[in-house]
Amino acid sequence: MINKVVKNAEEALKGVENGMTFMLGGFGLCGIPENCISELVNLGVTDLTCISNNAGVDDFGLGLLLQKRQIKKMISSYVGENDEFERQMLSGELEVDLIPQGTLAERCRATGAGIPAFYTPAGYGTEVAEGKETREFNGKMYVLEHAFDAQFAFVKAWKGDTAGNLIFKGTARNFNPMMAMAGKITVVEVEELVEAGELDPNQIHTPGIFVQRIFQGSAYEKRIEQRTVTSKS
Amino acid sequence: MALSKEQIAQRIAQELQDKWYVNLGIGIPTLVANYIPKGIDVEFQSENGLLGMGPFPIEGTEDADLINAGKQTVTILDGGSLFDSAMSFAMIRGQHVQLTVLGAMEVAQNGDIANWKIPGRMVKGMGGAMDLVASAENIIVAMMHTNKKGESKLLKECSLPLTGVGCVKKVVTNLAVLEIKNGSFHLLERAPGVSVEEIEAATEGTLIVEGEIPEMQL
Repeated sequence: MINKVVKNAEEALKGVENGMTFMLGGFGLCGIPENCISELVNLGVTDLTCISNNAGVDDFGLGLLLQKRQIKKMISSYVGENDEFERQMLSGELEVDLIPQGTLAERCRATGAGIPAFYTPAGYGTEVAEGKETREFNGKMYVLEHAFDAQFAFVKAWKGDTAGNLIFKGTARNFNPMMAMAGKITVVEVEELVEAGELDPNQIHTPGIFVQRIFQGSAYEKRIEQRTVTSKS
Repeated sequence: MALSKEQIAQRIAQELQDKWYVNLGIGIPTLVANYIPKGIDVEFQSENGLLGMGPFPIEGTEDADLINAGKQTVTILDGGSLFDSAMSFAMIRGQHVQLTVLGAMEVAQNGDIANWKIPGRMVKGMGGAMDLVASAENIIVAMMHTNKKGESKLLKECSLPLTGVGCVKKVVTNLAVLEIKNGSFHLLERAPGVSVEEIEAATEGTLIVEGEIPEMQL
C-alpha cells in the first residue's frame, strides 16, 4: 500500500507558491478544506487563481483569502451573499469568471478524467458562451467547454485512510471528488484518518490513486450558513 | 387580491405530477415543497448533491453537512441519496429531473429568462440555473409580476444578461398564471379578485387573452 500521509497542513502545502491555480472543494461552507485555507492564509501566498463553487462568506472559508487580497482571480458559479466578493468584483479589484455550476463540476471531472473538452447545453445564447465554439447535435445547440489546469486541489473528506481512499458525508461531498481527481497535487484533509484496511472498499467514494497527500485535520468549525429548523412542538 | 409568496408556491404545487423528480430554486420555489398535493409522490433534487430532500430539521438536530442549494440546513427522507456535483448535473442535463421551478428578474415573451446579474450593480452568479434551464423539459418561473419600482418583469425582450434562451413555458406570478407559446404570453388564470385589465397593465410583453379567464383555485 502506498502511504500518502503527511503530518499536518504545513507539510501538505509544501510547494505552494504565488500565482498558482488551486481547486478548493465545498459548496457554500459545506465541505470546505478549512485547515488548508487557514494554512494558505498563514503562508500569505498571493496572486492566486481559485476554482471553487463559492468564495465562502466575508469572514470564513475563501472569504479569508479575499479579505487579505491573496486572490487575483476566482472561477466560481455563485457569489451569493458574500459582500466582499461582490464588492471586489464590481470594483474590478478581483477578476471573476462566473460559469454554470454543472459546467464547473464537469470541467473538474474532465480535468481528472483525461478529457480536454466537452459540449454542454448550459449557457448557450448567453454571455457565458461568448467567444466559445458552439455546435448543433440532434437539433439542439451546445457550447464547447474545456478542462482546467490546477497545480493543487484542496479537498475535505469525512474519513480517509493512509492509502488516500476517501469517504464523504452528506452534502459535504459536492465538488470534492471531482477536484480530488483533477489536482496535479491533491491534498486531502479528513475529520478521521484511519489505517489502510479499516474502510470498507465497497464504500469508498474516491480511490486513493487520485490523492497525493492526506492529513488528519483539526479544529473543524463547520459553520452553518443558513440555520433553518422546525420547532420541536 | 394579489397572491402572497406562499400562495404563488401553493399554485405552482398544483403543477406537480406523480413520480416526478423536481428541482426547486432559492426563494419562492423552495416553498413549493410545503404544498405537495395529496395522493402524489414527488422527490426533490437539490443540485448540491441530494435527492429525497426533506423538511428543515428539528431544532437541535441540524447538521452542517446536510444543506440544500440555498445553504439551508435540511433533512433527507427515507429512500433519499447523496452524490457529487458532477452526478447531480448529469441528472439535470440528462433530463432525469422532470421539473425545474426557479425565480427570475425578467422573462421575455419568447421564453428567455434573466436571473443572475445586473451589470455594474449586482452579481449573484448563475449557480446551477443555466444548466437547469438549458436542459429541463418543464420550467416554471415563480416571481412577482412587477419589480420593486412597479415595472413589468414580463417583457418583449429581456434587458438583463440572459440565463437561458427560449426555455420558459410557464410563469406563475402574484397576479396570474401565464403560458409562453408562439412568442407571446397567454393568460391562463387570474389571482382571485385581480382583473384582466390589471394584468394587462402590469405586462409589458404581448399578452394574449382568449375567452373568459378563470380565477386560480387555491
